[in-house]
Amino acid sequence: MPTVSMTVNGQTVSAEVDGRTLLVEFIREHLALTGTHVGCDTSQCGACVVHVNGEAAKSCTMLAVQANGASVTTIEGLSEGDDLHPMQAAFKDNHGLQCGFCTPGMIMSAVDLAKRNPNPTEAEIRKGLEGNICRCTGYHNIVKAVAQGAAGMRG
Amino acid sequence: MNDSVAGIGARVLRREDFRFIKGRGKYVDDMVLPRQTYAVIVRSPHAHATVNSIDSSAAAAMPGVVRVLTSKDFEAFGGLPCGWLVNNQNGDPMVEPKHPILAEGKVRHVGDPVAVVIANTKAQARDAADAVVVDYSELPAVVNMRQALSNPPAAVHDEAPGNLCYDWALGDKETVDAAFAGAAHVTRLEFTNNRLSPNAMEPRCAIGDYDRSNGDHTLYTTSQNPHVIRLLMGAFVLSIPEHKLRVYAPDVGGGFGSKIYHYAEEAIVTVAAKVIGRPVKWTSDRTEAFLSDAHGRDHVTTAELALDADGKFLGLRCDTLANMGAYLSTFAPCVPTYLHATLLAGQYKTPLIYCNVKAVFTNTVPVDAYRGAGRPEATYLLERVIDKAAREMKIDPAEIRRRNFIQPDEFPYQTPVALVYDTGNYEATLSAALAASDYAGIAARKAEAKSRGKLRGIGLSCYIEACGIAPSAVVGSLGARAGLYEAATIRVNPTGSISVLTGSHSHGQGHETTFAQVVADQLGQPIENIDIVHGDTARIPFGMGTYGSRSIAVGGAAIVKAVDKIIAKGKKIAAHLMEASADDVVFENGQFKVAGTDKQIDFGSVALTAYVPHNFPLEELEPGLEETAFYDPANFTFPAGSYVCEVEVDPETGVVEVCSMHASDDFGNIINPMIVEGQVHGGLVQGIGQALLEQAVYDDNGQLLTASYNDYTMPRADDMPSFTVDHQITACTHNPLGVKGCGEAGAIGSPPAVINAIVDALSELGVEHVEMPATPRKVWRAIQAAKK
Ligand code: FES
Ligand code: FES
Repeated sequence: MPTVSMTVNGQTVSAEVDGRTLLVEFIREHLALTGTHVGCDTSQCGACVVHVNGEAAKSCTMLAVQANGASVTTIEGLSEGDDLHPMQAAFKDNHGLQCGFCTPGMIMSAVDLAKRNPNPTEAEIRKGLEGNICRCTGYHNIVKAVAQGAAGMRG
Repeated sequence: MNDSVAGIGARVLRREDFRFIKGRGKYVDDMVLPRQTYAVIVRSPHAHATVNSIDSSAAAAMPGVVRVLTSKDFEAFGGLPCGWLVNNQNGDPMVEPKHPILAEGKVRHVGDPVAVVIANTKAQARDAADAVVVDYSELPAVVNMRQALSNPPAAVHDEAPGNLCYDWALGDKETVDAAFAGAAHVTRLEFTNNRLSPNAMEPRCAIGDYDRSNGDHTLYTTSQNPHVIRLLMGAFVLSIPEHKLRVYAPDVGGGFGSKIYHYAEEAIVTVAAKVIGRPVKWTSDRTEAFLSDAHGRDHVTTAELALDADGKFLGLRCDTLANMGAYLSTFAPCVPTYLHATLLAGQYKTPLIYCNVKAVFTNTVPVDAYRGAGRPEATYLLERVIDKAAREMKIDPAEIRRRNFIQPDEFPYQTPVALVYDTGNYEATLSAALAASDYAGIAARKAEAKSRGKLRGIGLSCYIEACGIAPSAVVGSLGARAGLYEAATIRVNPTGSISVLTGSHSHGQGHETTFAQVVADQLGQPIENIDIVHGDTARIPFGMGTYGSRSIAVGGAAIVKAVDKIIAKGKKIAAHLMEASADDVVFENGQFKVAGTDKQIDFGSVALTAYVPHNFPLEELEPGLEETAFYDPANFTFPAGSYVCEVEVDPETGVVEVCSMHASDDFGNIINPMIVEGQVHGGLVQGIGQALLEQAVYDDNGQLLTASYNDYTMPRADDMPSFTVDHQITACTHNPLGVKGCGEAGAIGSPPAVINAIVDALSELGVEHVEMPATPRKVWRAIQAAKK
């Protein structure tokens, strides 16, 4: 079995994995970081979004071995301890989540979106979140949250 | 409202959010038990087939495989029960075929479970599942409901040779027919209410665990109602007494109805854990969810409305075919009957209503309640046929509704379809919605759109729903096999903190915040001192769970009843401490006071005294401060409202853009407006999704063509506009909080508003109806057909 090594949330991890192990399986099952979720099997829902080398990636659509040597950030690593990243705070402030299942992937996508486009319009936010499905919120408050979160990230 | 605490009416930010935004939610699939194994289910690839043999020998020999189970291993157990009996018109009971845990000799839908492979890892279980060889002889598939009844290609169940589950009716056909005979105008509409897949984002998951030391079973499951699962699975399927079965539904990632039902996989992991002596986990993948989660809607309906020359409704007559799928899911039979036909009065004084419902077995996934459950179908029927009538009679759609509204001074109002509405003000929500959406100014917007080559339309929908499900005696007389009360315990701990144990379950609704607001308000305590505990049969006395917008109206009422008992006991303790009569003690802002004096003692001191009863009236009162209440509602609640949708259609492509949607709702009193608005937003998108995007499609062979997110069109952020919402309030008259419930309204009210808007946009071309989902292809075809 191949060995994979990567940095996850600042810590170096290394493990032998079955070659077909998906990055999301590695994160959830080997590292027990269960904030990253699986909502589909066709790379459509975005519940699994993490950052790989600073960019949003669907961790269900990558093999763990493809992330060998990479730096991965999951929702658990977005902010320290009990602190909140501005995007996390914005989701709470705007009631941008209900069941919370899509939320980690949604926040990781939103952070990436705001990095690439620090001052997005409503239409740009909606377009930018096209790869993340939420069944609960109707997106209305997510859109508001992302606008506030992006503003918070601009500082 | 108590101003000193984050009480009723405050926009309190959600207390549950922190764990979810930090990635610390605890969903069933996040749990790993020591020595856990993984189950993968072998499912039928055929819609209808005889199972000749199952050869699992190769699978059993594969690496890591612990066991392969087939229907033989479940012979000792019952089938999955149906919780509601509906009788035929002639009084005979519906046909209720067995729903086995694993298919017994025959498979009846694609996805029907046939065998279970259990292995040390999920990958091993998956590999071995592929090696299970099942020999099938295919049978003709029953897919189309009309054909299933009139010219059946096969019988889904031998007990129902014509595929009819029941033929039920409400109302007196002859008097309704007579009203039609004398009518100035009759409007007729035939339509399909499209089949949907609920698609909670968290796929279902279940872990069975068995403790050999004491015979205790634990089932961790993605459920909206763990006590109901314990009752159904324990009593009817596996014969495990309640004290030996714990059902725990921790964080659950959305339900929308689909996680009400008792599913085979819950019984499978419970049995398997005992058989192999290790915990067994099953996690659905998305395709499996499409093939095994109960679907929703799927009605084929003909509706006729009789009107007098002024547009007053004289009678409503409808025939509906309702798809049950291959087996009766937990609440399936009541959805098209008691949750549908009884809502056909809507907000109107239609004096005579007749509804016939034929429930049909087909070789498709079972169909059951999905957000709204019967009420969206009723609302769609009514609001579409009324809109068509208005257009035919050249009466403004808002005006025709107004002429028929039940008036505020006419409550309580007995409808001709069994329900008694307690309160409402339909003009208030309609005028608010019309004003907010500038209904009067549509002509200018239409003209402006036309200058850009677009057709703009505005559509209206006035919905009502029966929530707060339900008075047990009433539903019992209608065939429910359970009571539908709710339970709550308030445990005041010695140092004054409060644990609220509720039988409602939160899977996105925000109970940890809303319920805490109620208790904070009533006990005058800071919200931080209050914890809401839900989802665990080991910790909570009892509960019927969350569905039908019942949590605050029934679960919240149970909490208030328990709080009342706490206050009553607290008064006695306080009276003793203050040497006063309990009758003279009042409770205000967290203080027990002797009325008319400055004597007072705070809640915390009373709590401590209850547990350290050194100075305590022990001869009349037990120590401790914990109370339980069961609340059985006196009536349903009746949330209602008006929705206005505006769309723009591109006549060249048939693409529909939703430009705006305004929701004006009357949910009675509101505990947390922020959460209520969020519920409406979510419901609106599910409703717009039904109207424009979503449909579970079977081909003629019973193959589900839409079994992934590549094929089933989920609403995404860029498909939707932002919304405006407002609330008009008439308080519910029969529960202590005056609340009605808000969870389903958005999904109920919005589909007809969208379709009415599309028809309004296209009416100048002569289009009278567009079927849901109004995809570009359907809209374009409707335009072309009208041109001919
Ligand atoms: S789980 Fe990765 S996109 Fe759905
Ligand atoms: S909050 Fe439930 S899916 Fe988004």
